[in-house]
Amino acid sequence: MGKKCPELNSGSMSDISFLLLTFFLLVSSINTDMGIPRRLPPPLQPGMVTPDVHKRNIFVVKINSQNMLLFDGQTGDLKALRARAKEFLSNPNDLSNLPEKETVDIPLLGPMRVSQGVISLQNDRGTSYDMYIQVQNELMAAVNEMRDELALGKFGRPYTDLSNEQRSAIDKAIPAAISEAEPTKIGGNK
Amino acid sequence: MARFKKSNKEGTPGLNTGSMSDIVFMFLFFFMVITNMRESSLYVRINVPQASEVQKLEKKSLVSYINVGVPMDENKYGREPRIQLNDQIADVSDIAEFIENERAARSEADRPFLTTSIKADKDARMGIIVDIKQELRNVNALKLIYTTSRRGKE
Repeated sequence: MGKKCPELNSGSMSDISFLLLTFFLLVSSINTDMGIPRRLPPPLQPGMVTPDVHKRNIFVVKINSQNMLLFDGQTGDLKALRARAKEFLSNPNDLSNLPEKETVDIPLLGPMRVSQGVISLQNDRGTSYDMYIQVQNELMAAVNEMRDELALGKFGRPYTDLSNEQRSAIDKAIPAAISEAEPTKIGGNK
Repeated sequence: MARFKKSNKEGTPGLNTGSMSDIVFMFLFFFMVITNMRESSLYVRINVPQASEVQKLEKKSLVSYINVGVPMDENKYGREPRIQLNDQIADVSDIAEFIENERAARSEADRPFLTTSIKADKDARMGIIVDIKQELRNVNALKLIYTTSRRGKE
């Protein structure tokens, strides 16, 4: 039998690693960023013609510098906006004053009647960013609710549980057509 | 006859703390993996708005951040919301150059997927946001995400 090896004192090792741990805790951030994704229209080229859109296919939403909401020619609140946007985009009873539909053949879904409606969002330079996000959120919520309903009807699962192909099929059937007009300058000097 | 031998030589036996460091190291690696380093410190105050229809930001390395808020150093930069790019307060006209630099830092294959994240204070006015958006359109950086915090669906 050899001599007994003296034990290494490793108590301070944990102190060192605690120090490292606290350093990393302070220096890093856990928050995962999330947000509302959007796509900007490409820059205007000279000679580009803006497409003609029928009046029945446009739903105009305006926000003024006092954060007041205007749609259908009258002021309204956020709750009503979602229901109205949904009604506009789905047009369940094929009314003549709501957007027309075009039959498109979509893989996985077959021929679908896709709404040609476009939501036009116009804001003032004085509108608060919070209000703008709330309106964007309501409009996205309207689209998402419709997508969820269609996904449940066709695939029996909510939209978020679908595979990528199924999801893009649903996206084609219910496009998120939100267009943003150039802002006005009335009442906002910032 | 057997006798119980009492060892009165030592008081309490020494606690073995060797494995403690292993546990703490495990913690450390866990935190290192799930967190991301703060790249630049904020010079503007940002309190992002809440939204329910949010999506998670994918591929953090392909995101360039534009921060908008009231500067913390009010004496120097005033009380109006300003733009912070990288590590400094900037103007709208600097965005084009900023996006060019962000593009140049990525590989050719990744450039079309570059996303711009607008992290703006909820009290900011749309004027500054619209200016940013116009500038982004001009340099063809069309993928955009408005950073918000999550709120439960109603």
